[in-house]
Amino acid sequence: MSSVGCSEPKVQPLCSNCSFDVAAGHLQGERQSAVCFCRNMGSSSSDMKTVPNSQELMEETGFSAAHLFRLYERFEFLDKDNKGHLRPEDFEAVQELSTNPIRDRIIGSFFPPGQETADFPTFVRILAHFRPTEKSRTRGDQPEPANSSTGKLKFAFQLYDQDRDGKISKDELLQVLRAMLEMQVTEEQLQSMAERAIQEADLDKDKAISFEEFRKTLEKVDTDQKMSSRFMK
Amino acid sequence: MRTLSSGDTMLLLGLMLLLLPAAAPTDQSGTGSPGLGSSPPVLLHPQPGPEEFGAPGVASARSAAEGPGEDGAEHHHHGGGFRVVQWEWTYVQTPYIIAIWLLVASVAKILFHFSQRFTTVVPESCMLILLGLVLGGIVLIANKKQLYQLDPALFFLFLLPTIVGDAGYFMPARLFFDNLGAILTYAVVGTLWNAFCTGFCLYAAKLMGVIDEHVQADLMDFLLFGALISAVDPVAVLAVFEEVHVNETLFIIVFGESLLNDAVTVVLYKVYISFVEVGGANVLTADYFKGVASFLIVSIGGTLVGLVFAVVLGFVTRFTKKVRIIEPLFVFLLVYLAYLTAELFSLSAILSMTFCGIGANKYVEANISQKSRTTIKYTMKNLASIAETIIFIFLGISAVDKSKWAWDTGLVSCTLVFIFVFRAMGVVGQTWVLNRFRLVPLDKIDQVVMSYGGLRGAVAFALVVLLDGEQVKAKDYFVATTIVVVFFTVMFQGLTIKPLVKWLKVPRATNRKPTINEEIHERAFDHILTAVEDIAGLQGYHHWRDKWEQFDRNYLSKLLLRKSVYRKSELWEAYQKINIRDAISVIDQGGNVLTSARLSLPSMASRASFPEVTNVTNYLRENGSGVCLDLQVIDNVPGSKVVEDVETHHVLAGNLYKPRRRYQSHYSRHFMPLGEKERQDREVFQRNMRIRMETYKSSRHKRHKKERSLKKRRGSDAKEDGGEKPRRNVSWQDKDPAVVPEDLEKDRAEQSDPEKEEDVGITFVVRKPETPKLRPKSVPAALDVCQRPSVVPLSPPTENSHLPWKGGVGSPPPCVSVEATKIIPVDLQQAWNQSISSLESVSSPPAPAEPVHPRVSALSRLGGPRPASYTGPVDALTSPSSFCFPERMKKKKKQEEEEEEEEPGASQELQPLMLPVRPPVLPPPPSPPLPPPATGRRRNPCVYLRSLVTAPPPGSGELHSRRPTQL
Repeated sequence: MSSVGCSEPKVQPLCSNCSFDVAAGHLQGERQSAVCFCRNMGSSSSDMKTVPNSQELMEETGFSAAHLFRLYERFEFLDKDNKGHLRPEDFEAVQELSTNPIRDRIIGSFFPPGQETADFPTFVRILAHFRPTEKSRTRGDQPEPANSSTGKLKFAFQLYDQDRDGKISKDELLQVLRAMLEMQVTEEQLQSMAERAIQEADLDKDKAISFEEFRKTLEKVDTDQKMSSRFMK
Repeated sequence: MRTLSSGDTMLLLGLMLLLLPAAAPTDQSGTGSPGLGSSPPVLLHPQPGPEEFGAPGVASARSAAEGPGEDGAEHHHHGGGFRVVQWEWTYVQTPYIIAIWLLVASVAKILFHFSQRFTTVVPESCMLILLGLVLGGIVLIANKKQLYQLDPALFFLFLLPTIVGDAGYFMPARLFFDNLGAILTYAVVGTLWNAFCTGFCLYAAKLMGVIDEHVQADLMDFLLFGALISAVDPVAVLAVFEEVHVNETLFIIVFGESLLNDAVTVVLYKVYISFVEVGGANVLTADYFKGVASFLIVSIGGTLVGLVFAVVLGFVTRFTKKVRIIEPLFVFLLVYLAYLTAELFSLSAILSMTFCGIGANKYVEANISQKSRTTIKYTMKNLASIAETIIFIFLGISAVDKSKWAWDTGLVSCTLVFIFVFRAMGVVGQTWVLNRFRLVPLDKIDQVVMSYGGLRGAVAFALVVLLDGEQVKAKDYFVATTIVVVFFTVMFQGLTIKPLVKWLKVPRATNRKPTINEEIHERAFDHILTAVEDIAGLQGYHHWRDKWEQFDRNYLSKLLLRKSVYRKSELWEAYQKINIRDAISVIDQGGNVLTSARLSLPSMASRASFPEVTNVTNYLRENGSGVCLDLQVIDNVPGSKVVEDVETHHVLAGNLYKPRRRYQSHYSRHFMPLGEKERQDREVFQRNMRIRMETYKSSRHKRHKKERSLKKRRGSDAKEDGGEKPRRNVSWQDKDPAVVPEDLEKDRAEQSDPEKEEDVGITFVVRKPETPKLRPKSVPAALDVCQRPSVVPLSPPTENSHLPWKGGVGSPPPCVSVEATKIIPVDLQQAWNQSISSLESVSSPPAPAEPVHPRVSALSRLGGPRPASYTGPVDALTSPSSFCFPERMKKKKKQEEEEEEEEPGASQELQPLMLPVRPPVLPPPPSPPLPPPATGRRRNPCVYLRSLVTAPPPGSGELHSRRPTQL
């Protein structure tokens, strides 16, 4: 990845190379063609400063143009066959990810329910959860940005909550625990741990952790810090 | 640099002797004839007359126990008559003086803490320095000459390592490495900046005539002085910040800096000394580069030495299975050796020791036994505390030494101003740069505290005393200035930093243990971030941390951890720790728990409206997973015959004492046998607990009223108490959990049991009371929660669980997790089983957010002064009680299992090495303890019981006496 292009805020709605109106290309196919077209124009990265929908994405996610560009490059790198979108296999191809115990969950979180693919905006929106929280960003009327502590917690929460019923059941917690602890403990120990965790967090006695309870258990934890990557600042 | 100069006084040398007898040969007594060298008491003899050594056989024939000194021997020879009492002062002088000093220091500490209000305002370090000043004055008046002073050799070889070793070993590794960038920046850049600026500006001040003519110093001298005065001192920082309780990030940055700047100080000091020696004009350019190279070698070399020793230490503790008793010794020795080795090669000893501690901690703690862990913790804290006390007292004493002083107001005031100004400038500048990279920027308040927390201390003093008066003409001025600077920073800044922190509203440290949810989720966060960084292609912090963890898992842990612990996951360990903590809190509370739980609900009038019955009950239920109650006992209604049998059995089982042994037949210095005695104690304890539970159930209604009135009386002060049960967390940073509002400290200290205070993490698990209205609804669900046994398939048929003797071979206790169970007296389960049916309501799980109910802790103390309410029931030991006790046998087994459980991995691991100690006993597989493996040992419980009553069972007897008899 070159950082040459990063500092230049040349991201425009219009693709500077091919004059294709990328901002208008909301549909998958169109964007795909736009990307492909650009790529055909020049192979060196400095020629492709364009990122589809960049303006909107920047506003929505708070990423700087440089970040967005870097992520776009990464997106293209992951997108091995230039499909214009990523499939779970593309994520699984990342070498470092193979040792991550909960990689399936994380990969899964890039694919909203019912969707098989993740396009670039989705990709960026997910990663936006991990930008450090800005303290100044407290405009009340705006929807909560993804990198707020609530946003971060929500992301973590839905990793557990696989059936998306708004509650972490014991089984869901067990699955994650099992993944994280691998073979190191027995099933009963897992069980007891999960039970204890749920009892500890469960305030309304439904034997599951709702998001509010989840937030409550973690309120002493510096979520902003623990769920942020310095490199997305 | 830190050469071992022979001590000025007997005391200092003597302290060395005390700490390391091997050093004795450097003492005068080492000049004795070689034949005497083998006798330690002789080595400690301060001034042996040569003629006595000449007498053959006199010393060698004498044992330490007989203890007639050399003088006595002389009299004996010459005077002829035998003296019944002899004055042997010279013989014991050195250790005696040392002991007296330590005693004075320790008593002084006690005295300081008598006045609670005073100690919350004045830090202990200030008090110690003041005491030192007073003592120094007395000695000076008495002797006309200062006898004692802080000897650099003593300081660097003995006092400093104890403090650094403690700090390094208990350094929170994660926090440290999270902030390593900032720490290193402040330590290296900041210290260099301070040193140069202070040095140059002092020189400028000298040129401008602010500093007196008499101070004969040129640029090099001032730079040297700047180097030694600029380093933030770990001892002072620890002493002061420990009482301030700033948030942990801030603390780790200041404290980490004070440790890691050692390399810079060492190098600068050495470089300048050599420059001063050759003269400033003769310094070549190459010398500067040598200085830089030297810095790299000193710092990296020191770190490497430390890490090597950390690996050795981890590796050694892998094999201490059979010699548990000396585990702590290995830790102390190797950590200390890391320090000495670095010093030997003139590398940065503090760095070495710190990294040895940080590196080894994880593996050592996993390898050694719980008792060793406790020993290490308390011994280290003890030593560090003593060392700190001595350092500060001696700093005070050293100040009262006119012969070393040379006062120059200009120099002193300039130095004070410069170090403060440059510290602040350096911090602000570096923070500005760092904040561009930091995830959580350090804000202005942090910077103020960091600037203000730049305390100088004993390291600077020891270094300045070490200066060669011949080379550095202005040494006396420097000494005086250093003393003033140290006093000013420790006393003035130390005194004012607390109000400052309060006034600035610096986030304080929360003296709080993570809950299991936090442990789980934080681990998940780490994984998430690693994955995200991998996906986004960023090689960030988490990426590298993950890489390290993989390396650790794949190679280091395999090398350094016992096989039995290698497989255990950290999360599981954390979970167990939480369980143990809770269990300890329950047990520690004993009867008080009950009182406090009841009193915490003063508005509830009737028994039916106690949503949470007792803490114990809550605890058990809440921990149902961990403790794994066998609730099927309750679920099923047994036949009347069975019930009868059960009752008979349990009356017998509960009231038949096993024959007791009054004495310990095996005494061993090397093992602390966990034998009969302990089992009997446990039995008594369980009995007491059970009876308490029983009586509590029947009488709580009555007592509740009494308590309430009592509560009303004491209510006012009890209620205000911020609910901070003194939780003594003796970890590296919070020796003294002064989180309690100050005005209440007195109250707390008076009332609370000091021993409890020493215990780790006593946590109350109490919730907000539910409103009675909600209760009926919540009952079924809650009951269901508690009644679900954690492992259904393993539960034996009901009757079996009722009638232990029908349990037959191979029915494992339904309470599965042995590790969790062993921490709880199973009687609690029993009692709970009993009471569950009578308890109408069980309530919500404890809100982890408020682990301490404000009133409970206060009131739990009220329970203390009134043990009378419990003595009655305890006395009733002999009266037959009607409760049933189905799990007694299981408990027995569990106890065995638990003892056995400790073995499995290690015995497997060591099997090739040792003789099969217990051939018939199959060690369970190393994987976490499952009940089934223990089945081999299980004999018919009925027979077992009988054998217990009549005689020690062969198997268990062997098991318990194995350790002692092994010798």
